Amino acid sequence: MSSLQLKDLYDGFRNPDVIKSFQKLIAREAEKLNRTVNIMEVCGGHTHTIMKYGLAQLLPSTINFIHGPGCPVCIMPKERVDHAYALSQQSDLILLTLGDMIKVPGSHGSLQDARAKGADVRFVYSPMDALKIAEENPDKKIIFFAIGFETTTPMSAALLDVVIKRGIKNIFFHINHVTVPEVMKELIDSRDEHVNSYDHRIDAFIGPAHVSVISGSKIYEIFPKHYGIPVVVSGFEPVDVMEAIYMIIKQFNEGRSDLEIQYKRLVTHEGNLKAQALIEHYFEKVDLFKWRGMGNVPNSGLKLRDEFALYDAEVLYKEVLPYEEIDDHKLCICGDILRGFAKPQECSVFGTACKPSSPLGSCMVSSEGACAAYYKYGNLL
Amino acid sequence: MTKNIVLAQGNGGEENAELISKIFYKHFKNEILEKSEDAAIIDGGRLAFTTDSFTVSPIFFDGGDIGKLSICGTCNDLVMMGAKPTYMTCAVIVEEGFPVSDLEKIVRSMKKELDINGAMIVCGDTKVVPRGAVDKIFINTTGVGVVQKSGISSNCVSTSDTILISNQIGKHGATIFANREGMEFSSALQSDCTSLWPLVEKLLSEGVAITAMRDATRGGVAAVLNEWAKQSKVCIEVNEETLPVSDEVRGICEILGFEAYNLANEGTFVLAVKSEDAQKAVEILQGFEEGHHAAIIAEVTHQYDGRVVLLSPWGSKRFMDLPTGELLPRIC
Repeated sequence: MSSLQLKDLYDGFRNPDVIKSFQKLIAREAEKLNRTVNIMEVCGGHTHTIMKYGLAQLLPSTINFIHGPGCPVCIMPKERVDHAYALSQQSDLILLTLGDMIKVPGSHGSLQDARAKGADVRFVYSPMDALKIAEENPDKKIIFFAIGFETTTPMSAALLDVVIKRGIKNIFFHINHVTVPEVMKELIDSRDEHVNSYDHRIDAFIGPAHVSVISGSKIYEIFPKHYGIPVVVSGFEPVDVMEAIYMIIKQFNEGRSDLEIQYKRLVTHEGNLKAQALIEHYFEKVDLFKWRGMGNVPNSGLKLRDEFALYDAEVLYKEVLPYEEIDDHKLCICGDILRGFAKPQECSVFGTACKPSSPLGSCMVSSEGACAAYYKYGNLL
Repeated sequence: MTKNIVLAQGNGGEENAELISKIFYKHFKNEILEKSEDAAIIDGGRLAFTTDSFTVSPIFFDGGDIGKLSICGTCNDLVMMGAKPTYMTCAVIVEEGFPVSDLEKIVRSMKKELDINGAMIVCGDTKVVPRGAVDKIFINTTGVGVVQKSGISSNCVSTSDTILISNQIGKHGATIFANREGMEFSSALQSDCTSLWPLVEKLLSEGVAITAMRDATRGGVAAVLNEWAKQSKVCIEVNEETLPVSDEVRGICEILGFEAYNLANEGTFVLAVKSEDAQKAVEILQGFEEGHHAAIIAEVTHQYDGRVVLLSPWGSKRFMDLPTGELLPRIC
């Protein structure tokens, strides 16, 4: 009996012959372009794919990538990291979060530093791991510092759902979930007329597929319809990204601006309705959420609905959480990079004062940040 | 550097290197230490001398245990300098309450591994500490080896060399990860934990012109190649397709977002040999079970001196960088 191997899920999407074929198709299509096309890959996962697999090197110079703000770890402002740090300092408390979040520097250091000084900070692979930790530590409060876009929000909602249904008394939430379409809108709307030249304008978006697995492709409809900007919802393997670029250039040459799905193997227009209902039940939008490098973005963050305030660490620990506004590092140009005005190498501290091991700005923090990807893989054009 | 020690400083990568150079090298500075080899060459080049501490968690893992590891690890460091392991020390720090039967199991596997290397423990130390002062058991071993071939050094890699790997990469790191509490993977994965003396003895006796050898422990193959590129001021161009990686390791890397070349090995080593001997070396290694997947993986050039470049099968290239940050918990 033959069974499906894990490698069957990705081998075909890294097939050198297929990648080279797309390279030829794109080159042929790009010959018809009479100017540079700026494609924003919104998600850090795509930035990572483009850099790791060296895809930019395979493309004609008329295709330019703008690396978007879609890395949930990178965009976490110092104010929120300081919240996590302050929580970790409370007694009888275990702070849980996801992966790279423990590395993000706040005003007093990162969660990694807090842990080195004795705080109980742990990273989990699934929010559901909190259940076991809570059971093993009945005398402690477990706070899940929830981060991520639409992709990880349902997992936080599902955890809260279990906590309520089982009557678990020692799991609480600090919610930092953000949403993708709102920040995409902000990127377009915040442009002044004078910078909205051919050099800097976003001509097309590559939409993150995992977000759309949850929310459907429908969340991007506004961009082709209202702004006339094509969106192709793409997967994260090199073949996926190459195909998405091909689809975008074709749209461009044919004078279309459509919403298309490249990642047809999992994304539908409607998305995962059950997950959407779960999110809707537990979460509501906050008016403003501050993004590192981008500033306040309207309607881009989520919080627990008031009826679940009992589980909300931001409410319970209001007295100990800091609320001062903190500016981004003066030398850091992450904001300009995220808006497509600058590339990582143009930053004066790139690779010198700012490195993955000691990041000053948001884009250097997670492996999905544009600066971290440039630093790690180089840009060997 | 941070004010307090963070786990990332034990990762075998950038932060680890910074800690060592800014604290230990600063104060201990001497000519032998600064060579920064797997083992120090002393006594006018006659002896190799090294030490290593073992803190792996879990202490029993698929393919080995902390005892086997404590002998393999130190012996392999001697072997990588072209030396045959001879005399060793064993210092054990054990936690109150630790089962004696487990201790004996560990010591038995140490003895088995000593025999493979033809080495013996000639002195030791035992400390028992209160519950919580260590996690179960920590072992330190120190070893002396007699140099069989002198001049093997990671400072001498040149464009006349070809780079080989002795087996599939990343198995130890991936196994420890899969065996960790809380990770519910089921796989046939086993650590590559093994003594390398038999393989190297054969290479030496067959007269293979070896320039450098290093077992790719913490930091993996990427750490070894980067150190060589820096120390020898060359560019190492790795052909990504030729890196031997098992399906299990690839699977774990895919799920957890690791690169196999950043994961630790405990019985897989990187070699730089004169190009004309490369094929012969591969064939010799492939004659051993532990070298079954030996392959040529890289060429040495001067394209980007001090850097390691990874060539993709579709013609693009990128740097293969040192791992940074906290990759895994205690793996050795």
